Amino acid sequence: MLKYLADSLVYQLMGIKPGTMLGEALDFFFYDSMKVFLLLVVIIFVVAVIRSFFPPERSRKLLGNRREYVGNFLAACLGIVTPFCSCSAVPMFIGFVESGLPLGITFSFLISSPTVNEVALVMLWGLFGWKIAMIYIGTGVTLAFFAGIIIGKLKLEHLVEDYVYRIKMGESAMAAPTWMERFAYARDYTKDIIGRVWLFVLIGIGLGAWIHGYVPMDFVLKYAGPGNPFAVPIAVLIGIPLYSNAAGAIPIVQALVEKGLPMGTALAFMMSIVAISTPEMIILRKVIKPKLIAIFAGIVTVAIIIIGYLFNAIL
Amino acid sequence: MKIEILGMGCSNCNKLYQNVLEAVKRSGKEVEVTKVEDIQKIMTYGVLSTPALAIDGVVKVAGKVPKAEEIEGWIK
Repeated sequence: MLKYLADSLVYQLMGIKPGTMLGEALDFFFYDSMKVFLLLVVIIFVVAVIRSFFPPERSRKLLGNRREYVGNFLAACLGIVTPFCSCSAVPMFIGFVESGLPLGITFSFLISSPTVNEVALVMLWGLFGWKIAMIYIGTGVTLAFFAGIIIGKLKLEHLVEDYVYRIKMGESAMAAPTWMERFAYARDYTKDIIGRVWLFVLIGIGLGAWIHGYVPMDFVLKYAGPGNPFAVPIAVLIGIPLYSNAAGAIPIVQALVEKGLPMGTALAFMMSIVAISTPEMIILRKVIKPKLIAIFAGIVTVAIIIIGYLFNAIL
Repeated sequence: MKIEILGMGCSNCNKLYQNVLEAVKRSGKEVEVTKVEDIQKIMTYGVLSTPALAIDGVVKVAGKVPKAEEIEGWIK
């Protein structure tokens, strides 16, 4: 349906000949943008409704006094459904630590929450298909699980700022929202997210379309193909400063995969964009010492590089 | 009546502050509006997501920015 719409728009309405580079690129651009925006609206809305059932206060209760492993897994899964914004990272961190949750479990949550986010999921689903999107979720949860366990084993509790341990949390008894309020929340949330990413999505898809139409086949293969053993770490290092631009980066990555970029390298790149964000690190500095931030970033970076090599070997 | 905005000064906290001021102005009531930016104090309200809004010490909403009309409804 959308394909037909894009085709008739480019080839009939705009009168561009099929098979030309311009035609290909424009067709690709319109088709992908329509698909992605449709998915963005629907999925973000649904995710927001689900999320309204899992405020962080509830996750904190659900995690209760869980021990390692089970707790890490549960935290990684809750990270997917709990709404996360970097401005809430500090109260969430303190709340988890205050409830007696081990540091490693808290980190499993903190890693999974931004990594498995709905915008990245929609972009992956729309542009790579549901299988890659599922692989991405699975990998994100696994990454959060193991990185959290390692941080837990390292016994780094002394690297949390002392005042955090002295805070006593109060109780709040907020009324559960009605369905009307959940839908209103989901509507506002969807509007807010789309308002923030639409430009990046269009630029990303535009660049992707340009690559699709104009960059010669196998161009990427020459530089970042399986022949280059450093492609994965370089991709990860490029991804780290691109924080919050997953929406714009994923369409470009998709076009590059078409031109020969291995899937593992692509996955590692996308993951590094969302998992390690400088603003979040700066905010977390309020509750943990720089050394722990460095350890946290280091473990996640190395883990993502391993994930990249692993998927290059098996996909 | 007392309205407190809980949050460490993120952009959403400022948005909420503006909405509260607007709601108070529209309602025409005498309301004391304060920002609570100290994290230790914020935690005593039992919220994990900011910005949050408390009326007379009771948390009304956390983790989102309600519109001025909504807040006005709570003031009345």
